[in-house]
Amino acid sequence: MRAPPEEGPVLACEGLCVSYFTRAGEIPAVVDFDLRIAPGEAVGLVGESGCGKSTVALAIMRYLGRAGRIVAGRIRFRGRDLVPLGERELRRIRGARIGMIYQEPMASLNPSMKIGAQLLEVPLCHRNLRRGEARERALEMLARVGLPDTRRIFGSYPHQLSGGQQQRVVIAMALLADPDLLLLDEPTTALDVTIEAGILDLVGDISARFGTALLYISHNLGLIRRTCDRVAVMYAGEVVEEGGVEEVFGAMRHPYTQGLFDAVPLPGSDRATRPLRPIPGRLPLPQERPRGCVFGPRCAHFRAGICDRRQRMEALTGGRLQRVRCARHGEIRRPPRGRSTGPPEAREPGAVMLEVRGLDKEYAVGDGPFTLFTGDGRRRIRANRKLDLLAREGETLAIVGESGCGKSTFAKVLVGLEPATAGRIRFEGREVAAAPVEKRERELVARLQMIFQNPFETLNPSLTVGAQIARVVRKFGLARGREEVRRRVFELLELVKLPREFFWRRPRQLSGGQKQRIGIARAFAGDPKLVVADEPVSALDVSVQAAVVELLTDIQRRRRTTLLFISHDLSLVRYLADRVVVMYLGRIVEQGTAEAVFTPPYHPYTEALLSAVPVADPAVVTRRIILEGELPSALEPPSGCPFHTRCPRKAGALCEEREPPEQRFGADHRIACHLPAEELARGATVFRDAGLPGFP
Amino acid sequence: MLRLAARRFGAMILIMAVVSFILFLIFETDKLAVAGKVLGPYSSLEQRELWLEREGYNRPFLVRYGEWVTDALRGDFGESIRFKAPVADLLWPRLANSAILAGLVFLLMIPLSLLLGVLAGMREGSLLDRGLSFLSILTTSVPEFASAAFLVALFVFELRWLPGTSAMTGGFDWSQLVLPVAVLVLYDFGYVARMTRASMAEVMTSHYIRTAILKGLPRHRVVLRHALRNALIAPFTVIVLQLNWLLSGVIVVEVFFAYKGFGALLYDAAMFGDIYLIEACTMVAVFVAVFSQFVSDVGYTLLNPRIRFAGSTVR
Amino acid sequence: MRRLRAPGPGEAASAATALRRALGSLRESPLAITGAAILAFWLAMAVLAPVLPLADPNLPLEPLRPPLSVGADGSTTFWLGTDIKGRDVLSRLIWGARRVLVWAGLATLAAYLVGIAMGLVAGYRGGWWDEALSFLANLLLSFPVMVLYIVVITRIGASPINIVLAVTFASAPAIMRIVRGLVLDLKTRDYVLAARTRGEGALWIMFVELLPNARGPLIVDACLRMGYTTIALATLGFLGLGLPPPDPDWGAMIAETQPMGAFAGHAMLFPALAVSSLVLGFNLLADGLREISLRD
Repeated sequence: MRAPPEEGPVLACEGLCVSYFTRAGEIPAVVDFDLRIAPGEAVGLVGESGCGKSTVALAIMRYLGRAGRIVAGRIRFRGRDLVPLGERELRRIRGARIGMIYQEPMASLNPSMKIGAQLLEVPLCHRNLRRGEARERALEMLARVGLPDTRRIFGSYPHQLSGGQQQRVVIAMALLADPDLLLLDEPTTALDVTIEAGILDLVGDISARFGTALLYISHNLGLIRRTCDRVAVMYAGEVVEEGGVEEVFGAMRHPYTQGLFDAVPLPGSDRATRPLRPIPGRLPLPQERPRGCVFGPRCAHFRAGICDRRQRMEALTGGRLQRVRCARHGEIRRPPRGRSTGPPEAREPGAVMLEVRGLDKEYAVGDGPFTLFTGDGRRRIRANRKLDLLAREGETLAIVGESGCGKSTFAKVLVGLEPATAGRIRFEGREVAAAPVEKRERELVARLQMIFQNPFETLNPSLTVGAQIARVVRKFGLARGREEVRRRVFELLELVKLPREFFWRRPRQLSGGQKQRIGIARAFAGDPKLVVADEPVSALDVSVQAAVVELLTDIQRRRRTTLLFISHDLSLVRYLADRVVVMYLGRIVEQGTAEAVFTPPYHPYTEALLSAVPVADPAVVTRRIILEGELPSALEPPSGCPFHTRCPRKAGALCEEREPPEQRFGADHRIACHLPAEELARGATVFRDAGLPGFP
Repeated sequence: MLRLAARRFGAMILIMAVVSFILFLIFETDKLAVAGKVLGPYSSLEQRELWLEREGYNRPFLVRYGEWVTDALRGDFGESIRFKAPVADLLWPRLANSAILAGLVFLLMIPLSLLLGVLAGMREGSLLDRGLSFLSILTTSVPEFASAAFLVALFVFELRWLPGTSAMTGGFDWSQLVLPVAVLVLYDFGYVARMTRASMAEVMTSHYIRTAILKGLPRHRVVLRHALRNALIAPFTVIVLQLNWLLSGVIVVEVFFAYKGFGALLYDAAMFGDIYLIEACTMVAVFVAVFSQFVSDVGYTLLNPRIRFAGSTVR
Repeated sequence: MRRLRAPGPGEAASAATALRRALGSLRESPLAITGAAILAFWLAMAVLAPVLPLADPNLPLEPLRPPLSVGADGSTTFWLGTDIKGRDVLSRLIWGARRVLVWAGLATLAAYLVGIAMGLVAGYRGGWWDEALSFLANLLLSFPVMVLYIVVITRIGASPINIVLAVTFASAPAIMRIVRGLVLDLKTRDYVLAARTRGEGALWIMFVELLPNARGPLIVDACLRMGYTTIALATLGFLGLGLPPPDPDWGAMIAETQPMGAFAGHAMLFPALAVSSLVLGFNLLADGLREISLRD
C-alpha cells in the first residue's frame, strides 16, 4: 500500500524567506529558514507568538493568502520544489501527501456538513475509490483514531462532538489519504491537558506505525520534548538553534533558548532554588528588527563588533547535530540550575482570612424568565458543589482544574459578581456569601479584589491608564483632590514597575504584559487582604509570563496579602503555591499543602493531571497515565464520584452510587475518594529525576 | 426544534393580539369621531348618538373589541366608509395585485443579488467586488419615488417606450408592470447583494474553508459544497425579512404609478380616514411582516444544524 | 446627577489627536472622502441658504421655465428652471436641504437617545427589563415602516414634531437592538467585571464602561440612519404626509410635478437628484467609516 521508503528527506526547506505585503510595506515573517525532516521523523518548531512558526506551516502548504508571498528559497517535498507549483499540482499534494492539523478543531470543521461527508471527500478526491469503499475506509479510520461508536459520529455534525473528539476527526481526515508528512499547528492548545495527552499519544502511535513524518508547531516546550526527535527554536522569523530535543533542551547554547527555559517553571525546582527569570525587553516589530543578531537588544551576552553583524547558523563541534545562530556560542555557558533539595521553607501560617463552608453555586443557562422574545429554554448547571476550604494570611492558595471544573465560578462568587446558592463564605470574620458586590461596603470591596485573565479585555479601551487607576483610588476613598490622587497613581505605577508616562497612555498602546501589570496595580490599590487572580498569565507568552508572576508574588509576599491563584497550569501552581485545591466538575477532589498534593498519596485525578503535563526538562521522567473517555458535560455530571467515568483506579459500583468520603492524610491533606487509604498511599510519584549526567 | 417553532408561533400570535388591541384603541376609543366619519361631517349630534346606539357602540370597550376580533377572524372587517362596500371584498383583489408585484420583484431580485453577492464575496477586493459594492451603495441611496422619477423621465418622457401609469384601466397589461417592478428591484437588490457578499467573504476566510482547500479539493467543490451553504444562511433571513421593507416600498410605488394594489388602498384609506379599512389593511400588513419574521426564524434554524441539533451531543 | 468623568489635562489634547487621527484615516478611504464632500456641500448650502442670492422659494414667478433660462425682466436667471407654480427650483432645492437636514438630524438624534437608553437597560439589566423592552421593540418593528408612519401621522397630524415622533417610533427599536447586542457582548469583558468588583453603579458602567466602547458600530449606524431618515422624510413629503407646505420639501416637489411631468421633467429630476445625492453622501461615509474601523 505504501511506497517503499525513498532516499533523502521528506521535506527540505532551503533558505526560505516569506514576507507579508501590507499597506505598511513588506513585512518579513520568516527569514533564511532551513529545515530537513527525514521519513518517520518528528520535528518540533518552537517559539513565542510572532516568531513566524505558523507561517512556515502555511508556506509549506503554499497557503499564504493574498498578502503573503515566498520571496526566496525552496521547499522540497520528496525532492520536488513546491514553490513554483500551480494550483492543480498543489491539489495533488495538499491533503494527499501532506496533511494538516489545526489549532481550533471546531473552527476547522464545516459546521453544516456531517462528519462523514467531510471525511469521504478525501478518499473520493485523492484515490479513485468507489463510495462504498471510501465509506469503509473512513469508518475504519475513525476507529483507528480511538473514537467510539464510529457510525454515530460518522452521521453527526461537528458541534455535537467534544473538542477532543473533533480533533481526532481532523486527524482521521488528515490520515485518510495516507500522507507522508503531517503538519500540526498547535494541535492541542485549545484542549484540556488530560485530553491533550491522549491526542499526543495517538499521533505518536500513528507516526510510528505508518512512518509518517511529523512537524509539530508549538509554543509549549514540554509538548515538543514529549513528541519530537529534533527541534528548531525560532525567534523573530529566524531559527536560532536546532538539534536533537534532548541535546538542545539538555544543553542549549543560544541565549534565547536559555532565556525561554529560565522563564518556565519546571517540576523539581521551586521559587527558592530557581526563581523564574523573564527575558528583558520585548519582541521587536518586524520593521524594527536590528541588522545584526535579532536577539541582540535583549541579550545579556551582547558584544558590539561581534553581535551587530548578521548571524549565521553554525554547527557545534564534537559530533553533535546541534546548530546555533550565535557568534558567541562557544563562550557562553549556562550556569548550572538549582535543584530542589527538600521541602520548601515552611512559612509561619497566618490568621485565617477566608473560610468557605459547603458553598454551592447553581446557575441557569439560557435566558430570562419569559423566553418568548429573547431566546431558548434554560437548564441548570451546578458549577460549585459543597466547597470547603480555608485560606490564611499571606498564603498563596492555588485552585487547579480543567475547563468546566467551576474554578472561575468560585472566583466570581467570592468577589460578589455572582451570588452563592447556598453555603457560607467568611472573609475576615464577615459573612459575604449572600452579598453581591453592589451591596458590599466600600471598605470590604477594597479589601477583596480580583485580577482578570484576558489582558486584552482587562482595561477599558476608551480611557487612559491614569484615568482608570485614578478612578479606583477615588472610588476606594484613598485620596482626594487631583494632586493627591495623581500621586497615589504614580505610586501604584511604581509598584508594578512601570514608568510614570504610562499615566497618559491608552490601553491599545500597551503590550499584554503591561496591561496585566496595570490590572495588578488596580487590584492592589486599596491595600487588599485577599486577591483573586483568575488565570492572570495564561494568555501571555512564557517570557512575559515569568515577569508578571514574579511581580505579582513579590508584591503579595511583601504585603502579606492572601493570593487565590486560579490556574490550569500545574507547573506554575507547583512553583508558587503554598497550598493547592484540585477541582473536578464543580467539586474539590483533593486539597492540601503543595508538597502534599504533588507527592503521593494522590487522588487518581490529580495523579492523571500531573502525569499529563508535558515537561520540558530532560532531567525529569514522567510516569504516563492516559485517561480514557471525554470530560463529562457540567450539565449532566455523573452520579456518585464525578470522576468515575474516566478513573483508571475505579473501585467498583460504589463509585457510581455514592459520593466519595473525604479522607485525611496528615495535618493538611484531604482526598475525596472511595479507595482505601493504604491503596491510595501505595501510588508512586509521577515525576522522577532521570539523573542525567551534568545536572546536579 | 418543534419547541422553538411553537414558541415563535406563540410570539407571533401575541404580537398580533397586542397590535390589534392598540389599533382598536387608537381608532375606536373616540366613538363620536367614528360616527362622524361614517355619517359625514354635517351629521348632527343626535344622528351620531342614534347611530352609535344602533351599532352597539355604547357597550363596554372590551366587549366591542372582542366582537371586532371575532368578526375579523371570520374575515369580516366591516364596511368601507368611502367605498360603501365590505372591506374584505375590497381587500382581497388589491392584495392579489400587490402579490403579483412583490412576486415579480422577488423573482428578479433574488437570483440577481445572490449571484452577484456570491461572485463578489468569492474574490474580495476584486474589480467585480468593488463595482458591486459601489453599485449597491448607489442604488440603495435612491429612494423609490426618486428612481421612479428618473425611470419615468427616461423611459416614458424621453424614449416613450413604456406607460407612465399602471392603473390597468384597460385590463391587465404587462408593460405597465415593468417600471414598478424595476423601481423596487433597484432599491432592494443592493442590500441583499451586500449581505450576501459580506457573508460569502466571511465564510471564504473561515478556517473550515482553509481545511477544505488544504484537503486538496478542487475549487468548484470548495465553493459549491463547503462555502455556499454556510454563506447563504444569512442572506436567506435577510430576503425573508425584506418582505417587510418591500411592503413600505410597495406603498410608494403603487401611489406613484397609480397601481391598484394593497399599498395604494391603505394609503387612500388613511388619507380619507376610512377607519375600518385602515384597521383591516394595517392588520394585514402587520401579519405579513410578523409572519415573515416567523418564517425567517424557523428557516434559520432549519438551515443551521448547530441550532437544529443543539443539545443532542454524541458523548 | 453624579459627574461621570473627571477630565484630566491630557484629555483635551488626546481628544484633539483622536479627531486628527480620525480625519487622517478618513483620507485613506476614497469612498468616505467622497461621502464627506457631498455632505459638506449640502451642509454648506443649508447653512448659507439665507445669505445666498436666491429668489423667495415660495414666490410664484414664471411657471415652467426650463433650466438656465432668463426671466422676463432680463436680469434673473433660473439656473434650474421653475416649477409648475412658477417658483425657482434652485431656491426651493437649497431651502429644502436646510429643512430636511434639520429635521432628519433632530429625528435621528431623538431616535438615538431613546434607542440607546432602551438598549443599555435591556442589555445590561437583562431579565424582565430585557423581556419587556424587547417585546416593545418587536411590537414596533412588526409594522412595516411606511405603514407605521401612515398610521401615526394620519392619526396625530403632520407637524414637524409629530414627524420626529414617528421617526423615533420607527427607528428607536432598531437602534435598541443594535445597542443591546453590543452591550451583551461588551458586558462580559473583564474591564466591566473589574468595574463591578470595585463597586461601580449601573449608571457608571452603562455610560463609561459600555457606551463609549460601542461607539464604532454606532457611528456607522448613525450615518446610515441619517440616510434612511432623509429617505423617510422625503417619502412622507412625496405622499403628502410630510412637513406642511408651502415651504419647500424635496419629496413634495416631485409629487407636485409628477402629473405634469412630461412638461416639467427638470422640476421632478432635480429634487430626485438632490435627495439621492444626500443619501448617497451618508451611505458612502458610513461605508468608508466601516471599512476604516475594520482595518484597525
